[in-house]
Amino acid sequence: MSSNQTDMLEAARAERLWPRPPLWVAALGAAAIALLLAYPFIFKASFSHHLMILILLYALMAQSWNVVAGLSGQISLGQAIFFGIGAYSSTVLFTKYAITPWAGLLVGMLLSALAAVAIGVPTLRLRGHYFAIATLLIGSSVQIVFQRWDWVGAASGLYVPIDRTSPLFYLQFHTSKVPYYYLALGAAAAGYLVVWKLRRSRFGFRLQALRDEPDAAASLGIAIARHKVLAFMISGAMMSVAGTFYGQYVLVLDPERLFSMEISIIVLLMTVLGGSGTLWGPALGAAILVPLSEYSRIWFGGTGRTIDLILYGILILLVCMWRPSGILSLLEERIRRRTGTP
Amino acid sequence: MSLLLDVKGLTKRYGGLTANAEMTFDVNEGEIVGIIGPNGAGKSTLFDLITGFQPPDAGRVLLDGRDITGLRPDRISRLGVARTFQKLKPFPDLTVTENVIVGALARTSDMKTARDQALESLAFVDLLEKRNHFARELSTGQRKRLELARGLAMSPRLILMDEVTGGVDQRTIAGLIELVLELKHRGLTIVTIEHNMQVIMRLADRILALHAGRRIAFGTPEQVRSEPAVVDAYLGTIDDAA
Repeated sequence: MSSNQTDMLEAARAERLWPRPPLWVAALGAAAIALLLAYPFIFKASFSHHLMILILLYALMAQSWNVVAGLSGQISLGQAIFFGIGAYSSTVLFTKYAITPWAGLLVGMLLSALAAVAIGVPTLRLRGHYFAIATLLIGSSVQIVFQRWDWVGAASGLYVPIDRTSPLFYLQFHTSKVPYYYLALGAAAAGYLVVWKLRRSRFGFRLQALRDEPDAAASLGIAIARHKVLAFMISGAMMSVAGTFYGQYVLVLDPERLFSMEISIIVLLMTVLGGSGTLWGPALGAAILVPLSEYSRIWFGGTGRTIDLILYGILILLVCMWRPSGILSLLEERIRRRTGTP
Repeated sequence: MSLLLDVKGLTKRYGGLTANAEMTFDVNEGEIVGIIGPNGAGKSTLFDLITGFQPPDAGRVLLDGRDITGLRPDRISRLGVARTFQKLKPFPDLTVTENVIVGALARTSDMKTARDQALESLAFVDLLEKRNHFARELSTGQRKRLELARGLAMSPRLILMDEVTGGVDQRTIAGLIELVLELKHRGLTIVTIEHNMQVIMRLADRILALHAGRRIAFGTPEQVRSEPAVVDAYLGTIDDAA
């Protein structure tokens, strides 16, 4: 080792493991947090609340796709499975056994993680597109099962029974959307915190390694299949949380909607648009696509039902041509370079 | 000297083509064994068979007396076997330091420890100044050193290097030779595939010469150099070209 390397090693070892973000980024982050916390009191319209609740839930859902696809590189086309499981778990437990949706939330996460194991163990060992195809087909099958399953209401679905006695226990609020807003904010924040930690952990590093070069990853002792299955479990559990909150928010469980391909595709589109594999890309994608969808529904009414999908298509096309790694990658790369975050 | 790697009768066929036929050789602890042979001789296949990336049709691989034949690559790696790839495989979207951290994480789950270990490996291969660059931004020579650093960061007992000096300029080669000798000095056992005859003669304690999937010689550089089959198959062609 030359002496210049020795000096440089001293300097490099003294660097922080995770450098502090530049001041302007920290300031921007603090402002964003303040804005999110105060949002319902700045924008008082019920629709403003509704819009933000959806953005936050979709930000969480897109992040869940990001964990399995962005970090471990496995394209899931069946995220709606976990969304539906989350909604059905809490609602079935509540309607049939009077168990609080909070417990249902945990049961949904557990069942989703188990479903991820059942789907992932046979398919994630294979390379190539088997996983994408399998999740696509299993997603459709699960929807059909729920549409035929009488015990959970078959095609007409389930209603969450109205109970005004204890909103927090029953997780339903009828006078204002504000509590839902904070629940959605809390759920999204928890999800992003988990992924933030994950990306800085041994597990997160290993996922990114096997995503890009599975052979090199294996040569460094990484058990590829096991890591992919674990990522899929985390992804499923996150998606399930969004499903439970969504079910409690709309109070109607329609298998046509909950298990729809549209849900599976949209979380993919949001993430790819914002930046797959980045921390904030999924949130950015949700913040762009949810308003697009809601406003096009308002402007075009019932006839405009698919207009939002056309707009999504155009946006994705533009991103693919102009910046395939997503909108956020431009910014994140610069920050990383400048601060030297390892 | 104790036996670290013992390869017995490894055979691999692809349809009618025999990529490796009853390959037998051994590597002592602390030794450098070089593997030579023309293109298509079966060198990289042999690495794939030893490290578990491909299952052999016949034969055994023993590591320190333990049968590792047919184990998954990650299992073999965890037993202390590192390798580099002829077709380089850096993690392109991770920085240079992050690439090596992934290697260091084979031995520790603490990120700080892994980072410091990674920096040491990078200093060893003289790549510290590039530490915050993305791996995709490196030149071929730098990528080779990165891959070496990544493997070294997992503190292996044995490293299999596939053409470390291939495709890099002469000046860089001298540095790489120094690196390999320093690794040996530190007690690492090394098997290296090498096209450059001067390099291999200088580095290797023993040389395994392959031709068309078969072993044609195995011994000290002097023995291998004087083997008629080797001169015919490999050295002969160089003389012809020159």
